Amino acid sequence: MPTVKLDITLEHCPMTFVKTKIALSKLNEGDILEVLLIEGEPLDNVPKSANEQGYKVLEIVHLDGQIHRVMIQK
Amino acid sequence: METALNTLNIQPGTQKKLSLISFSGDFDKLVAAFTLGTGAASVGYEVNIFFTFWGLDAIKKKQGRALVGKGFLGNIFGFFMGGLRSAPVSRLNFMGASPQIFRYLMRKKNVATLEELVEAAKVLGVNLYACEMAMHILGLEKKDFIHEVKEVLGVVKFLEISEGGRTLFI
Repeated sequence: MPTVKLDITLEHCPMTFVKTKIALSKLNEGDILEVLLIEGEPLDNVPKSANEQGYKVLEIVHLDGQIHRVMIQK
Repeated sequence: METALNTLNIQPGTQKKLSLISFSGDFDKLVAAFTLGTGAASVGYEVNIFFTFWGLDAIKKKQGRALVGKGFLGNIFGFFMGGLRSAPVSRLNFMGASPQIFRYLMRKKNVATLEELVEAAKVLGVNLYACEMAMHILGLEKKDFIHEVKEVLGVVKFLEISEGGRTLFI
């Protein structure tokens, strides 16, 4: 399944989920979006909002320092 | 321009709704309106922004100062009101220097600029409406606005559209 990467580690509200939502909208059903984000508002809200919007959050992995990787399937 | 997104998995009649009345036309208040609007649209809200009076500057095709508007007075007002790029901040405007300083700071700190927020709102399918009465006073026509402006409305239609959701005046 194709995986598209999105780095929102430098983004702030509201663009964290706005960019995630726009990236997800460009994917086909079943494709995966790999999102790099930081702790705090992005980590609290992006997986939650994706889930509420009907996408499947496959995993959340702590990478390094404040950075996490969230895999979201459309 | 990308086409507006459709919201996902929303059953008819169950979509949450946010309606904003964008009155001020101030840079900082437009940032607030478009931040709320894009944030809400991204999480599946139906978002309606009704631009009236100074707020109409934000949706003009001509983003700087231009002779937009019918008649001599309309032209003069249109010129001094300007567009999105000449929007003043509501406090400490320093003769137009502050909005440029804000834009610089927003870019430097990786916060979406007003222009980026407006573009995101278009992509997310935020509904943009223009106030018929204010347009009439200022001599503006629908062709003076960006093509994403969905409709020219009066109060009654806006109340119909915003019914059942939350409405904020900014």
